[in-house]
Amino acid sequence: MYTEKVMELFMNPKNAGRMEDPDGVGEVGNPRCGDIMKIYIKVKDDRIADISFETFGCASAIASSSMVTEMVKGLTLDEALAISNRDVVNALGGLPPQKVHCSLLAEEGIQAAIEDYRAKQKAKAGAAVSKS
Amino acid sequence: MAERQVYMDHSATTAVDRGVLEAMLPFFSEEYGNPNSLHAWGRRARKAVNEAREKVAALIGADASEVIFTGAGSEADNLAIKGSTSLRKDKGRHVITTAIEHHAVMDAFGWLDKQGFDVTVLPVDDKAMVSVADLEKAIRPETILFSMMFANNEVGTIQPVAEAAKVCRDRGVLFHVDGVQAAGHVPFNVRDLGVDMLTMSAHKMYGPKGVGALYLRKGVKVEPIVHGGGQERGLRSGTENTAGIVGFGAAAELAVKRLADGSVDEEARLRDLLIKKVTSSIEEAFLTGHPTRRLPFLASFCIGSLEGESMLLRLDAAGIGASSGSACTSGSLEPSHVLLAMGLAHEVAHGSLRFSLGKDTTEEDIVYVAENLERIVADLRALSPLWKTRG
Repeated sequence: MYTEKVMELFMNPKNAGRMEDPDGVGEVGNPRCGDIMKIYIKVKDDRIADISFETFGCASAIASSSMVTEMVKGLTLDEALAISNRDVVNALGGLPPQKVHCSLLAEEGIQAAIEDYRAKQKAKAGAAVSKS
Repeated sequence: MAERQVYMDHSATTAVDRGVLEAMLPFFSEEYGNPNSLHAWGRRARKAVNEAREKVAALIGADASEVIFTGAGSEADNLAIKGSTSLRKDKGRHVITTAIEHHAVMDAFGWLDKQGFDVTVLPVDDKAMVSVADLEKAIRPETILFSMMFANNEVGTIQPVAEAAKVCRDRGVLFHVDGVQAAGHVPFNVRDLGVDMLTMSAHKMYGPKGVGALYLRKGVKVEPIVHGGGQERGLRSGTENTAGIVGFGAAAELAVKRLADGSVDEEARLRDLLIKKVTSSIEEAFLTGHPTRRLPFLASFCIGSLEGESMLLRLDAAGIGASSGSACTSGSLEPSHVLLAMGLAHEVAHGSLRFSLGKDTTEEDIVYVAENLERIVADLRALSPLWKTRG
């Protein structure tokens, strides 16, 4: 049912676990539906310098999380935003049709983390302006 | 390959017992006669089918003439439900079932609903028990059938079958019991219970797949759903699956022995050991279903902050075969209807796990499963954002 790549990443996920003091955090999904993905990023010079995830969900959700974090690490934020769920599915060698929504969570998780980072930056800039 | 292989999914299916297989083997290439033929080949096959019918009947305290062989437990459920209502629809069009039935029953009632029957679905409590008082209230003058499972396949709860049978008898309602999980594992006698129809399946009791049976109490009429050569008293046409039926007979004989010699009690002891180990060693792990009124071979849990499929696949990698009622194992986005009917929240139901023991399960197997599950739960919880605050 799952490709070898999916099973490999599910059994030994990369970039797994909570991150201390992240610059941005994105949380997508819903426990009711059986999956939640939380992406943590550290940003340096507009690039994703470090990334990790925590995921509640099935094997494909965990493998998609692992894969997307590997794919975007080192990319600029705009490059990372251009990664689609299709890219994740392809990198995994495919997902069963009813599991494709897991890859969508991966795409949305990265977007949410970057949005959170940018919103925080904006707030900081705003705070700096109002102080001066 | 993992160091140990532990199959803990006997609710799904069991291995064909060696003795059962040996009993079956001659009926493929040696005794291949059609039981309906008059010649010696046919007569020998007929004799074997009749003997098997006696054995299956003996398991449940029925008369051999009351056992109809079918192609599966699901088919027997369909025969009971569709066949009985089609003959009684002029008397009334109200039928009753429960919220935790197997799909073979649930979807047959869905079909009745489409045919214009009025279907009442009885709820269950948080332990998956049906209330007989609810049944009494649901019965109307036009009620013709009540169908309830003997024991639930996901959480193991054993229903008040005898009490429900008494209510149905007093109110003139036909009572069908899906006994697929219970037959061969829970001692019972259809006469003492007072049920009208009861479904069984060979492959849940160390017999082969592809053969089921319906107990049809003497005098209860049903319409066939498979028409043809008139086999099985005209209620299930199609040449008898002689080898399969012989296997069912041998499996029933084995079940009678296991119920009498304490094997089933030992299985229940191992089940309780697993329940104790899992619930004591893993935080936020609780037993689902009834604590005492449960199938002797079934231990079912919900594990907090985790999703079932991920646990199943990690268990599989450790050589352990289990199952789950999580959405991700069903192909839909909804967790099991049984767990939801028990009032469990979706996120809790997603974390369900079922271990069903078998006759060859050992205490070492239980220890192996409990230890591996504890490790797997810890590993996956380290990944779960729902578990974060407690880490």
